[in-house]
Amino acid sequence: MDNLSQLDKKIIRALQEDFPLCEEPYKILAERVGISEEEFLQRIKALVDEKKIRKMGAVLRHREIGFNANALCAWQVPPDKLDETAQIMTTHAAVSHCYDRTPAPNWNYNLYTMIHAKTRDECEKIIGELSSLTGSTDYKILYTKREWKKTGMKYFCE
Amino acid sequence: MTRLSNFDKALLNQLQGEIPICSHPFAEMASRLGTDEATVLARLRELKAAGFLRRIGTFFDSNRLGYQGTLVALKVEPSAICAVAEAVNRYPGATHNYEREGAYNLWFTLLTPNAEYESNILAEIRSLSGVVDMLRLKANKKYKINVQFKLQ
Repeated sequence: MDNLSQLDKKIIRALQEDFPLCEEPYKILAERVGISEEEFLQRIKALVDEKKIRKMGAVLRHREIGFNANALCAWQVPPDKLDETAQIMTTHAAVSHCYDRTPAPNWNYNLYTMIHAKTRDECEKIIGELSSLTGSTDYKILYTKREWKKTGMKYFCE
Repeated sequence: MTRLSNFDKALLNQLQGEIPICSHPFAEMASRLGTDEATVLARLRELKAAGFLRRIGTFFDSNRLGYQGTLVALKVEPSAICAVAEAVNRYPGATHNYEREGAYNLWFTLLTPNAEYESNILAEIRSLSGVVDMLRLKANKKYKINVQFKLQ
């Protein structure tokens, strides 16, 4: 990993705050960093090219838009089939996250997907589809009961 | 409760995908939607106030910024879940924290700049009253992160 300059860290700290809903949002953020808007925009584009920024965009509150059945589904997949299985799962629109994780003692699940659906029936139907598409039959559905926290990370504030 | 019009849905679909990186990003979005900057901004402020938008702005790749991510599952005595959840929430690196059905009933993600930092935090959490067991599931490969809901 290449090191980030002090300037980039400052830019990242400014960008992780609420994005101003006004005509020239980048200009406001650039002023906080103490550089010109032009330089600020250039640095953002560079961070996007370096894939340090995944996207400039928004995340909706999924319950407000009708997704009430949300589950973390943990799968047990043979290591040599992990890539292939994950590739199939990621193509499904209802899967928002798909990570491979090192399992823990007495917990052998190594692939994790977040599934969003309107109802539990629909959620289980999707998981059934993923199971038959990939041949993965050993899985655990962990329904969300309550959200205690969901925020963006504040980087470089330790 | 605000009902989403077709314009709102088009606006939110575009916003989820990409805010343009230019001097007047909302004017750029407006021109794609066939309207003007003021209309887009006014509606976005309303939708934000009504709670549809969780976060607007920049989404980083934590690994490429030098951070490591771990999913942690806790088995917590039901009577202690509230206190433990609140204690976990106090760590800035705990970005997602969910109560789930099952024996492991509290699941959170933890982002830290190094392994030592992570171990210290997890030792503190493991010793909280009511925490019976902990699973530490380090992220290896991220195949997909794409929290976009296409509104129709």
